[in-house]
Amino acid sequence: MSNNNLKSIVIDDSVYETGLTKKYLNRKTYKPVDQKRVNAFIPGLIQKVFVKVGDKVKAGDKLLILEAMKMQNIVNAPLAGIIRVVPKEGILVKKNELLVDIE
Amino acid sequence: MSLKQKLLDLFKRIEKVQTGGGTKAIEKQVAMGKLPARERITTLLDRDSFHEYDLFVEHKCADFDMDKKKLAADGVITGTGSISGHPVGIFAQDFTVAGGSLGLMHARKITKIMDHSIKMGIPLIGINDSGGARIQEGVNSLAGYGEIFYRNTLASGVIPQISVILGPCAGGAVYSPALTDFVFVVDKISKMFITGPEVIKTVLGEEISMEDLGGAKVHTEITGNAHFFAESEQECFQQIKKLVSFIPWNNKKKADSLPPRPPKSNYNVENIIPLDPKKPYDIRDVIKSICDDSDFFEIQKSWAANIVIGFARLNGETVGIVGNQPLVLAGVLDVDSSDKAARFIRYCDAFNIPLITLVDLPGYLPGIDQEHAGVIRHGAKILYAYSEATVPKITVILRKAYGGGYIAMCSRHLGADFVFAWPSAEIAVMGPEGAANIIFKAEIAGAEDPNEMRRQKVLEYTEKFANPYIAAANGHVDSIINPSETREFLIHAITVSANKSEVRAFRKHGIPPF
Repeated sequence: MSNNNLKSIVIDDSVYETGLTKKYLNRKTYKPVDQKRVNAFIPGLIQKVFVKVGDKVKAGDKLLILEAMKMQNIVNAPLAGIIRVVPKEGILVKKNELLVDIE
Repeated sequence: MSLKQKLLDLFKRIEKVQTGGGTKAIEKQVAMGKLPARERITTLLDRDSFHEYDLFVEHKCADFDMDKKKLAADGVITGTGSISGHPVGIFAQDFTVAGGSLGLMHARKITKIMDHSIKMGIPLIGINDSGGARIQEGVNSLAGYGEIFYRNTLASGVIPQISVILGPCAGGAVYSPALTDFVFVVDKISKMFITGPEVIKTVLGEEISMEDLGGAKVHTEITGNAHFFAESEQECFQQIKKLVSFIPWNNKKKADSLPPRPPKSNYNVENIIPLDPKKPYDIRDVIKSICDDSDFFEIQKSWAANIVIGFARLNGETVGIVGNQPLVLAGVLDVDSSDKAARFIRYCDAFNIPLITLVDLPGYLPGIDQEHAGVIRHGAKILYAYSEATVPKITVILRKAYGGGYIAMCSRHLGADFVFAWPSAEIAVMGPEGAANIIFKAEIAGAEDPNEMRRQKVLEYTEKFANPYIAAANGHVDSIINPSETREFLIHAITVSANKSEVRAFRKHGIPPF
């Protein structure tokens, strides 16, 4: 590592001159979990949707089936509320894509 | 038939099997920049030292018309030979024969040479180049893998195990290399993954090339699965030969000693370290200024580069060196660097290689990502590995040794046999800035000029505590030495520890935080 790549890092209030790794630079900033937004925990196929926009749901109600890794995963409502967004049946979703929004 | 005729018959049989998958398949192999399997062995081993066994082994599968197929040597070459006079056991999968696929007899040839190597107490080298399980053999090919993994585990810490990935090594097959001590990869030739790009695409809809998923660079820079990266197979074989020169044949022996050689004169230990503990330098320059011929054989160079590990010689004897690298992330300990160092420490301990630890770190890396990645569990591995090790443990504190980092880097408290410190050492609970901000919080907040007060208090703390003398007064450090005497002190310590023995309470095995 040549000296012109030197950056700084703070540990216990001291600023150290040093090189940084790709992994360190690419580290994800933490976002607290928003329970109202149900995201795909795995990439897959929306096989069936049990709710529509405007429906009232209780915590634990079935929202949809996300098919991935040859397994039909049932996704339940994490909390009670009114459904604001639902996906279309038959579409492929990526990991962490928004599936259902509950208000 | 006369003996002469019988011999001619034998030669004919040998020649037939030794053509492997045939000239066409071999040409294809060579066109990919790969050597044929048998040539790999003869290139790596000492000239004419290779003795092959089980050349005439055949598979027994009858399903899917397999009974009509003859597979030369069942797709793997096994035998013994030597590297610079050291005997070794070796196997090489032959990709030209049914894609190097692993069936039961192929696996049994491998387990036979593994058992042989364990019994003879010689290192085992495995050259992997295989499409994976031989699907036609069904569950028997899985049995084959399992029998190999079992032996890899039994041999671990008994004989050195070296894996060379010279082609695909996918699916369950990756777990044999993963269980061995050192994994060598070659750019554009090695490919390792559990599930390949095809499966990832169909199941997850994500597209990635083999190279980006599990190529040589990925495993040396991102995953840490591989220990050595080479541009070509020839370079890879040179690296293996060099590694073998540093390690003993088995866990009952010591590595060969060579005639002592002084470090090269262009590495002057006194000119390397900036006095300001916040300025970086390359710890490898310090290592080269201490070791024989300034020859440091670094392991896992490109992964978790904030810690440096590798072999060198001191007065002709092999030593394992662990050093914080201030040039990368200020030399902190984190998830990856703890894993990297801990495994190396256990290797050295298993194979009677004294450990030298060079300390200069500000502590553990702060961050949510680190905490959530389990830095507690991973960081504990380095404490475990150092405490568990009974080989001679010699520590030199060059500059910073703060907080938990000080304890973890083979401090006296983890059983170091010798702890030396340079006069530039700062052995303290944390850096002066952090400490002053906590201890003098009220004074700083209440001062007319808080910044000036902070500056004063930091200076006060630095003068009083940022040195090696408090630790020395408590006997945590044995000697404060002139940096230019480091090599001499280390050599003396190793000489004194030649007959070190440490008896521990009986146990089946400990439970390290894997």
